[in-house]
Amino acid sequence: MSPAVHLAATGHGFLSPTGVEIAFLLVGIATFGAAVLTVTTKQLVHAALWLVVALGGLAVEYLLLTAEFIAWVQVLIYVGSVVVLLLFGLMLTKAPIGRSPDADSGNRPVALAVAVAAAGVLVWVVVDAFRTTWIELDKGVQGSTAVSGESLFRHWVLPFEALSVLLLAALVGAIVLSRKSGHDSGPGAGLGKEQR
Amino acid sequence: MHLAYPAVLAVLLFCTGLYGVLARRNAILVLMSVELMLNAVNLNLVAFDVWLRDTLHTGQALTLFTITIAAAEIGIGLAIVLLVHRNRGTADVDKLRDLADPPSAGQDPMDDSMAAPTDNDADQARRVRRQTA
Repeated sequence: MSPAVHLAATGHGFLSPTGVEIAFLLVGIATFGAAVLTVTTKQLVHAALWLVVALGGLAVEYLLLTAEFIAWVQVLIYVGSVVVLLLFGLMLTKAPIGRSPDADSGNRPVALAVAVAAAGVLVWVVVDAFRTTWIELDKGVQGSTAVSGESLFRHWVLPFEALSVLLLAALVGAIVLSRKSGHDSGPGAGLGKEQR
Repeated sequence: MHLAYPAVLAVLLFCTGLYGVLARRNAILVLMSVELMLNAVNLNLVAFDVWLRDTLHTGQALTLFTITIAAAEIGIGLAIVLLVHRNRGTADVDKLRDLADPPSAGQDPMDDSMAAPTDNDADQARRVRRQTA
């Protein structure tokens, strides 16, 4: 037995989880269940609402990992805006309100086989690789707003600005794509004049 | 906290998203599954950043960048889905087969008209071969 295993076995107990671990496990089970319901439910609007539960559970997991700023950004951007955009998209594409039997395509067994195989392999590899690694959560908060802001604007300024330009370009592109037809094109053209 | 908890949760969320991308038929549900996969990556990044106690906070900065890119992706993706729905009347990814290979390449009448504007030698030779056959 290697010294690292001895150290881990003396410092931490495998069968005596801490309170943070129990909370992480419970919230993780809820998050995973909501994610499974998101990809399996037959009602399209319910899928978006289960996605809210899954993303909110992930925000709680970030809080348990002491990454406060990421957690609140997750709540603001994902739960606040992305899900609202998805609901708008569902309603603008005339999604049926009730159960829609054709929500899943014909290659569902293949998809299930691929997903289960990938999950099995990855869980085995991850559990085997990180058997003796522990996160020290009681040595101070890692992701408070002060720490995140300082690292972001001291070491990551250039990627931050480049990403803001990318976000601007993406939003302008989304507006151009979703605009109705231009002034000099017929009502049935459908595309803006940039596409022609 | 044991590092395996967040890592296993991230793996399970990623595989759930993988199943959704492969099995769903509505394009907006596919986008939701992509969001689940991106969130699994974010959870991994945060967990490893907290584990390594990185002084530059690379994982958390990268998580913020990933969230921004996911927001840009969902905006562009929904705009494309709405455009497709406006032009075709459906957002069903199984019915959008314009870029797929036709099942029998020699008998499709669209094939010649689409190959007509290109006038390189290989295309012309193929067309001559098809006309003689």
